[in-house]
Amino acid sequence: MSIRLATGGRLIDRTKPLDFTFDGKRMSGFAGDTLASALLAGDRMLVGRSFKYHRPRGVIASGAEEPNGLVTLGNGGRAEPNQRVTTTELFDGLTCVSQNRWPSLDHDIGAVNSVLSRFLPAGFYYKMFMHPRSFWKHVYEPVIRAAAGLGRPPEGPDADTYEHLHAHVDVAVVGGGIVGLRAALTAAQSGLRVMLMEQTAHWGGRAPVDGDRIDGQGADAWIAATIAQLEKMGNVTLRLRCMGAGVYDHGSLLAYERLGDHLPHHKGPRHRLWRIRARQIVTATGAIERPLSFACNDVPGVMLASAVRDYIVNFGVAAGDAVVVVTNNDDAYRTAFAVKEAGLDVPAIIDARAAGGALSETARAMGIRVETGKAIAKVLGGKRVTGVALCAQDGDGTAIEEIPCTAVAMSGGWSPVVHLWSHCGGKLTWDEAQAHFRPDPSHAPTGQDGQPFVVTAGAASGALSADAALADGDAAGRIAAARAQGDHDTVADVPAPDPGTAPTPVWVMPRNAGDRLRAKMWLDFQNDVKVSDVQLAAQEGYESVEHTKRYTTIGMATDQGKLSNINGLAVLSQSLGKNIPQVGTTTFRPPYTPISMGAIAGEARGDLFQPLRRTPIHDWHDANNAHWEPVGHWRRPYCYPRPGETIGDAVNREVLAVRKGVGLLDASTLGKILVKGPDAGRFMDMMYTNMMSNLAVGKCRYGLMCSENGFLMDDGVVARLSDDTWLCHTTTGGADHIHAHMEEWLQTEWWDWQVYTANLTEHYAQIAVVGPKAREILQSLGSDIDLGRDALPFMQWREGTLAGIPTRVFRISFSGELSFEIAVAAGQGRALWDRLLEAGQGQGITPYGTEALHVLRAEKGFIMIGDETDGTVIPQDLNLNWAISKKKDDFIGKRAQERSHMTDPARWKLVGLETTDGSVLPDGAYATREGLNANGQRNTEGRVTSTYYSPTLKRGIAMGLVHAGPDRMGEMLRFAKVDGTAVHARVCDPVFYDKEGKQQDV
Amino acid sequence: MLILTCPNCGIAADETELSPGGQAHLKRFGPGSDDSDFEGYLFLRDNPRGVHFERWRHAMGCGKWFHAARCTVTNEVFATYSAQTSEPPQDVLDRITARRPDWQS
Repeated sequence: MSIRLATGGRLIDRTKPLDFTFDGKRMSGFAGDTLASALLAGDRMLVGRSFKYHRPRGVIASGAEEPNGLVTLGNGGRAEPNQRVTTTELFDGLTCVSQNRWPSLDHDIGAVNSVLSRFLPAGFYYKMFMHPRSFWKHVYEPVIRAAAGLGRPPEGPDADTYEHLHAHVDVAVVGGGIVGLRAALTAAQSGLRVMLMEQTAHWGGRAPVDGDRIDGQGADAWIAATIAQLEKMGNVTLRLRCMGAGVYDHGSLLAYERLGDHLPHHKGPRHRLWRIRARQIVTATGAIERPLSFACNDVPGVMLASAVRDYIVNFGVAAGDAVVVVTNNDDAYRTAFAVKEAGLDVPAIIDARAAGGALSETARAMGIRVETGKAIAKVLGGKRVTGVALCAQDGDGTAIEEIPCTAVAMSGGWSPVVHLWSHCGGKLTWDEAQAHFRPDPSHAPTGQDGQPFVVTAGAASGALSADAALADGDAAGRIAAARAQGDHDTVADVPAPDPGTAPTPVWVMPRNAGDRLRAKMWLDFQNDVKVSDVQLAAQEGYESVEHTKRYTTIGMATDQGKLSNINGLAVLSQSLGKNIPQVGTTTFRPPYTPISMGAIAGEARGDLFQPLRRTPIHDWHDANNAHWEPVGHWRRPYCYPRPGETIGDAVNREVLAVRKGVGLLDASTLGKILVKGPDAGRFMDMMYTNMMSNLAVGKCRYGLMCSENGFLMDDGVVARLSDDTWLCHTTTGGADHIHAHMEEWLQTEWWDWQVYTANLTEHYAQIAVVGPKAREILQSLGSDIDLGRDALPFMQWREGTLAGIPTRVFRISFSGELSFEIAVAAGQGRALWDRLLEAGQGQGITPYGTEALHVLRAEKGFIMIGDETDGTVIPQDLNLNWAISKKKDDFIGKRAQERSHMTDPARWKLVGLETTDGSVLPDGAYATREGLNANGQRNTEGRVTSTYYSPTLKRGIAMGLVHAGPDRMGEMLRFAKVDGTAVHARVCDPVFYDKEGKQQDV
Repeated sequence: MLILTCPNCGIAADETELSPGGQAHLKRFGPGSDDSDFEGYLFLRDNPRGVHFERWRHAMGCGKWFHAARCTVTNEVFATYSAQTSEPPQDVLDRITARRPDWQS
């Protein structure tokens, strides 16, 4: 059983007990505990069930590499699944529940999968659930999804807040162990801006646990002194609980800081995502101990040797009172010594090396039984370790003896943490002596200057002893500082291998274990991948490591190669008869450990998700019950429902008010782009399909803009303001990209033309006053502009004052009625709106929204960009040939419109559509024709592009693109509805109202 | 997350400030051009493994377009230069050759 020792624990404060619950059961720990150490202190060895077989699982590790100890923390809006107990700091009142078990952790029905495991090998999904085909969707997948998986997503919105922070530094050091501290100090002493981050709550890493001595001091004293020194330096930023999550192009580093996870009543953001640009990045990310692959190495109580040592030294917690150590290297002996020093029993050190190592004799001298050339045949016990079966490493697993114990500390050697180095292209080299992949300094990730921007330090470089690692950290600090200042001649010293730390590779224990044992040797604990699975994959032809990964799921999910990688590769390469470097590694992808979705979103949620653009009249709309419609980043009133009105009622009322009296539209969102300069006329002729250079000052012209592909992209009224100035109205959604389009041509094609453009969209408020009574209302406001029919004819504009406000009045119409669009400075927009409402009160002036605008224009057969166009429609399709100049040699899109497909007489063209029953056609409905096309789909001959109920005509009206449409007037088409029925409509003129244009010319 | 220095305003701009504009130095073919020239101009683009000339706009900055010569494999940026040129300037070509001696345009 695991217990809290009477003394010891450098990180805990025994005077501050904390209460928490696990699966509803009250437990307690001390300030400074992790959830893992507190669970172990309470003899909670079984903490979860495995992903596939529901095997009982306990804590294996003491850090970020933990694969088993995943729990759901908190509840409600603060629930978070799959949190590692080893990296969760204990606080008072913490609640957590175990995952992937039903009905309870101790009695889990799904554990039957374990009995069936020989029927559920790698790839079993692909093999077993193929037939019958329909069963996958309706039977297999729902059942598998319910049975597998880890934690459940939280319900309800996240109750916490998150933030992003940007930082620019010269040198970022990831990892706050002694090597990171040394590297940061060295770099900072050159005066550069240095940021040092450590993923845990403590500086110094594992050095204090290992009892290292640095510069003649104990590790703890050295760490405290170094931190004190760094804290005094103004150029250094220190962050604890901050993980380097990913390295990206050009020195981009993503870091994840956990601000509130350890504080129960934290105010402010819970997590912070740092978006850092660093000239140089030092990765002092240490190394991770590898498990050994022996049968039943997943029984709770089997732990990494380093973790057993960490729990004793840091938290005063022993994984068991009798700990068998199994190893292929010397480092694990330190765990045996730590266990002994804690007053506990070490029944045996099982050393796979035939001759043992340098510390074997030391151990024997301490009275510890050391068995060299031996292995564990099998771990005994189910929900916790009860002993191990001893065998010869070179044998087949025949047990020599059973050794009772309560925990097993295993060590298969150490693997440098190379994730951050690898994220952005750093290459690895296989170190035969150390039996690990380590970074190859000659193939570093390179930045915009083509020079390396990542340097590894210490154990992350492969320097595993404290002295070698510190020297490497110092060198890394120097190199990073030099490179950050442009000196790329300072080169990295390749760390000298330290023979004392070299393990003897042991990939399968014992060497000649049979099928039965190999099927119980876990490589990837989290994804339930065993030695036998990888061997099966190799046997079935999965030669590429990337394919084997996907077939077996080894190293997926949160593991990302931390514990399983090298052991899995070794087993695969042996099965394939290749060397490990030939097989290579899978790709390391960011983030290093999972980061919260909240941190990724940052502040971008709710009202801050995206900026909202408001017209100067926005507040009036809001106060007058506008039913909002999002148009790009704008909000526009769709209509203004009155009490008791439906949306449809309101739209109909607004349309009729415009046709019979006068309406008011906030048209401020329309794009307004000024084009000015000596070559502006020439430029306008290139931008628009029709001629704009010959437009007279004071007049307006409707114009079309196409892309170079020939497709219609925008339309609007152009006004000539002066000899060298044109004002281009664009669609609301088009303003920004049309301005960008103009600038692109001016800057990159005709850069010698003297033309200047300015997007004035937000400089002006624009109000359309529309309807038979429009002139009357305007004249009552008082104006120095003669608004009479002949003084200001249709398609002209005048400048002057209206109600004392300086204005530009355009006589243009998108409704077919008498219409004036009045532009005033944005700041005067609301004043003018209010004056117009006041003046029109007696006449029933009616503000109308975008839907009435749409109905009004559709009644007149006017096209709308985005309805009649979709990026595949040319102006000719819309019968707009009158707006395409035949005189001009060139305009954007002209050449494309000459292509054979564009001039094909069989193109679908714009027509009006009238249903025989007066109903409203469904939007987007297709006109079907007899027969099937080559893909077996129903033939079609047209589609609806705009469809509305017309209150003016009291029936449905529509426009559509129909095959050779204008030649088929009067023909009946059959439009399919989604319910399987059809509606018939007659092809007609798209102008439904006032074909002669009498209403707008009064 | 690239960093490109805008030659117009001098800012070392983060990729989030920039919008990409595809291959640079295309010759426009307008009315009167034959179908294959026009197809090449409108649709056909190089997809090199290595040196690439491309157009960028400092959209969230000064708003100006510029050119960049970039390695598509390593993201090394050999140079950024004016958009107002129909071919890469000699000093840019020299810089590329210095870094990639085997390179051929």
